[in-house]
Amino acid sequence: MAALTPISRKPLSLVLPTVAAAGAILGLFVGTANGSGLMGIIIGAAAIAGLAFVYTQVLKNEKLAKWISIVGMAALGFVLGGIPAAIIGALAGWFYSWFIYWLYEGRYRQRLLPYLTPGQVLWHYGFRVICGAIFIFLITPILVVMPLSFNSQDFFTFTPEMLRFEAEGYSLKHYQDFFTNNEWQRSFKNSLLIAPIATIISVSLGTLAAIGLSQSHVPGRRAIMAILISPMIVPLIISATGMFFFYAQIGNWMEGTLGFNKNFVGYVKVILAHAVLGIPFVIITVTATLVGFDRSLTRAASNMGADPVTTFFRVQMPLILPGVISGGLFAFITSFDEVVVVLFVGSASQKTLPWQMFTGLREQISPTILAVATILVGISIALLITLEFLRRRSERLRGMTPQ
Amino acid sequence: MSDTAENGPVLAADGTPLKRSLNRALRVQKTRAMLLIAPLLLFVLVSFIIPILSMLFRSVENDIVVNTLPETVPILAQWDSSTGELPSEEVYAAMARDMIKAVEAKKHTKLATRLNYEKTGIASMFRKSGRTIKKWDPEADAPFKEKFLDLHKGWGDMDVWKTIQTHSGLYTNGYFLNAIDMQKTPEGAQAQPENKQILVKLFIRTLIMSLVIMGACILLGYPIAWILANLPARQSNMLMILVLLPFWTSLLVRTSAWKVMLQQQGVINEVLVWLGLVADESRLVIINNQFGTIVAMTHILLPFMILPMYSVMQTIQPTYLRAAKSMGATNWTAFWRVYFPQSIPGIGAGSILVFILAIGYYITPEIVGGTKGVFISNRIAYHISSSLNWGLAAALGTILLVVVLILYWAYDKIVGIDNVKLG
Repeated sequence: MAALTPISRKPLSLVLPTVAAAGAILGLFVGTANGSGLMGIIIGAAAIAGLAFVYTQVLKNEKLAKWISIVGMAALGFVLGGIPAAIIGALAGWFYSWFIYWLYEGRYRQRLLPYLTPGQVLWHYGFRVICGAIFIFLITPILVVMPLSFNSQDFFTFTPEMLRFEAEGYSLKHYQDFFTNNEWQRSFKNSLLIAPIATIISVSLGTLAAIGLSQSHVPGRRAIMAILISPMIVPLIISATGMFFFYAQIGNWMEGTLGFNKNFVGYVKVILAHAVLGIPFVIITVTATLVGFDRSLTRAASNMGADPVTTFFRVQMPLILPGVISGGLFAFITSFDEVVVVLFVGSASQKTLPWQMFTGLREQISPTILAVATILVGISIALLITLEFLRRRSERLRGMTPQ
Repeated sequence: MSDTAENGPVLAADGTPLKRSLNRALRVQKTRAMLLIAPLLLFVLVSFIIPILSMLFRSVENDIVVNTLPETVPILAQWDSSTGELPSEEVYAAMARDMIKAVEAKKHTKLATRLNYEKTGIASMFRKSGRTIKKWDPEADAPFKEKFLDLHKGWGDMDVWKTIQTHSGLYTNGYFLNAIDMQKTPEGAQAQPENKQILVKLFIRTLIMSLVIMGACILLGYPIAWILANLPARQSNMLMILVLLPFWTSLLVRTSAWKVMLQQQGVINEVLVWLGLVADESRLVIINNQFGTIVAMTHILLPFMILPMYSVMQTIQPTYLRAAKSMGATNWTAFWRVYFPQSIPGIGAGSILVFILAIGYYITPEIVGGTKGVFISNRIAYHISSSLNWGLAAALGTILLVVVLILYWAYDKIVGIDNVKLG
């Protein structure tokens, strides 16, 4: 859509005050860190404005100007605050040289509609800055956890060694702890046992029910849908309390009357509870996939003599498989992530990974939690990629082009 | 069906009337659909709906008094407490017989705990008395009134008997009264003493904080949804990852990340101190209070606001805005009069979703909320696992569930539950 707008050089009366204001912000931070904020603002504004004047009026060589600012600011940062400040300085140098030329050459107009007023242009970029800040808010907590998990100290914060990028500031000891500590390993294994079985139960029952629900004549469809979705709506704490009383009785009955092992009964209780929680996700994703399903395909199959089971496995299933798998992933992550219900229904031998993290956060705070968190973020990235792949495949199969 | 004018009913290929044949086919179809749904429906009904209903039933259930004191309760019911006299010997004798049996079956401590919710001190009185009463003989040791009064002065306390009399019904509204800071007394429902009134405050705090979180999510989510819906597909897909990654990341991971960020020695405070904006000794207290809960939960629930908004905004034609501007509308008028009204369904859907999720949150307030930032869920969990006052927990849970179901109903009306999309 980018209508190419002719650009022209801007007068210094616009460029200098703007870059001076930008320089003042940097000056404020450097200044407060070194004693006086006000001095920082003045020096920062003056320095950047002077730089802009020299670059645009005297030097007139963009590439050279860029390297001068990067090296110069990095050196200044190194003098003031060591290696971390040098890196920030280099980035700032790159940013300010880019910003000066971007303004001076009028490049900010290049991709915008030619008739916009200066106010609209300002708002256009101001809005992007706001959005950028919100995106930073969204992603920072997750990014912060990762480097902290390599901390060689038992702290939850960046140590001076880490900030100076010294090798002894970093270590894999929290990962080592996770992979050798019995409690973490047992809870990890429990999670890997409970979540897949719960997923299989909710996917198999959920897919069948979703197929049933998508038939044209289902008596009481809305009511059935409401009941099947309810585990997602009811607050977890209420589900957990209800299940706590119910499964206590079921467990006693299974141990007493049927004579099962206590441990086994504990797992059954948690798995069934998690299976219920995963069902709404399967129902929602699979019914959504079935909406786009071409019913004449099943009719054609039975026309050619396939019985309903063959039709289901050979025709319907391959087509709705992406929906089923993404529903399954939702069910898996629900169970894998779940704390409240397992806290109430399970006993100590069914301790799952989130439960262990929860007690870790409440009681003895150990940075091993951060290592686990990093591993879990890795897992969720893998899930995200899988889902995106499935979505594209599903769209391709249905003959839609990806948007 | 052009030749229905012919005589007689239309026949199917096998000679049966077409109407009947079609009806049969429909019936078969319905049965098949129901058979496919039945296993799951049964599973959910048995392992989810029934447990929750039975939990809700606990909030009015009160059979423990009648079951433990089957003889005392009907006789005590005739006692008129307004006369100012203690119950007659008959009542004490019945109490003795009931207690001997109860102590034998070890049921009296449960009863004591139950009555102790209503009047503190009864639990210890029952336990102490139980040790002596179990040696009594229901026939030989009569009369009992003096013996009871010697055993513990509580048995001569009018209030104790009044409490037993008031709470002897099979069903009670006492837990619900407790849940709204009232109590059931012999003189009817009354407000709790000032220092015990915490639950209504907690409900109001839960509502207000959920509203604040919802508002923060709208404010932060709207620009993001707008920019995602209006950027070219390639860029918006890249930015979408930044929304979906938090959405898919474990709740515990995000909560622990916020603990790392907000602590006194945490990332935010360290950065502020390093920049010199905050003095080292006056670090900001931003965790274990309401602020911590609101920030962390806004972050956790933000994707639930952005995704419905985004899916609505995607359907709004950008040409409408250009048309408005070409007819002389300013940026603001074009947005406020043309774009915003069309995006309201997205805001509504996201808001209700976020509010429903926020109001029942437990884990995050528990970890970053301290004492000032906890929700009603934390109180329910406390009554279930620590104070063991299950009736009160059930009553609180019922109130919370009713609020959520009303919102859910509204959501179904506005958005339609079939239109929920994930990812």
